[in-house]
Amino acid sequence: MFDLEGRKALVTGASGGIGEAIARMLHKGGATVGLHGTRREKLDALAEDLGERTLVLPADLSERPAVDRLAETAESELGGVDLLVNNAGVTRDGLFVRMEDAAWDAVLEVDLTSVFRLTRALAHPMMRRRFGRIVNISSIVGVTGNPGQANYCAAKAGLIGFSKSLAQEIATRNVTVNCVAPGFIESAMTDKLNEKQRGRIMGAIPMGRMGTGDEVASAVAYLASREAGYVTGQTIHVNGGMAMI
Amino acid sequence: MSESIADRVKKIVVEHLGVDADKVVESASFIDDLGADSLDTVELVMAFEEEFGVEIPDDAADTILTVGDAIKYIEKQQA
Repeated sequence: MFDLEGRKALVTGASGGIGEAIARMLHKGGATVGLHGTRREKLDALAEDLGERTLVLPADLSERPAVDRLAETAESELGGVDLLVNNAGVTRDGLFVRMEDAAWDAVLEVDLTSVFRLTRALAHPMMRRRFGRIVNISSIVGVTGNPGQANYCAAKAGLIGFSKSLAQEIATRNVTVNCVAPGFIESAMTDKLNEKQRGRIMGAIPMGRMGTGDEVASAVAYLASREAGYVTGQTIHVNGGMAMI
Repeated sequence: MSESIADRVKKIVVEHLGVDADKVVESASFIDDLGADSLDTVELVMAFEEEFGVEIPDDAADTILTVGDAIKYIEKQQA
């Protein structure tokens, strides 16, 4: 386990499966964790379960002023965010030729633009303190593409390019920027798949099983650690071998 | 008595670049004399904006190369 004692983390989308696993893992490592999400009750329950060193920060990332407020509140109430995990994401799937502007805009706004705005607000104080870890949760489909998810894939691929650029700009300030790209992970979303879909997916995964939130969170914990100080601009794929890139 | 603009500018430069105050003279170039890199210059401009409540657009920021340039620009904005 990586030692994150004394670190202050902000995890967006902590009310979802992977986000919760990340928040738990960073907390276990000793970090104080700001839990962002849209479902307040879920965040409160998680905070109560974790006990000390938590802060509940509900916000709607599709609203730009709310993103700015989240950054301000997290920075001031946590006393400086050292670890930023941009995990929150939404999907609005549909075949491309029938995709409406609203479905494109909604996904790009939350999955990419809110990351830009939140990171812009929090990277600067990290640079001043000469330490920071930014981990963006991309996806395997951001690299491979996926029919029916042109908007989501564009946003997730965008995160990788965004991370590489920012990584180059602020490396000298000891702030690293990396991505973790999960493949199929057991979650409420994958629980909805039927047997046939499930069978097809399993056939494409060399490991023959879906991943767990903890397996994604472990990659995040590594990138957030002191030990990962020389790793920046990278994408760690956690996908059971489904795509070897 | 309140501090002069020049003193406040110099103080910010000393804090941000971690250089000796006696090196921060008006003719000193941020990059050539004070060891700043391009990110430092952006951060300095942001710090000046915050301290003096002025907005320094990019094309103006590009002309601020020395401590004296910064002092003159801010004095002009506040006049």
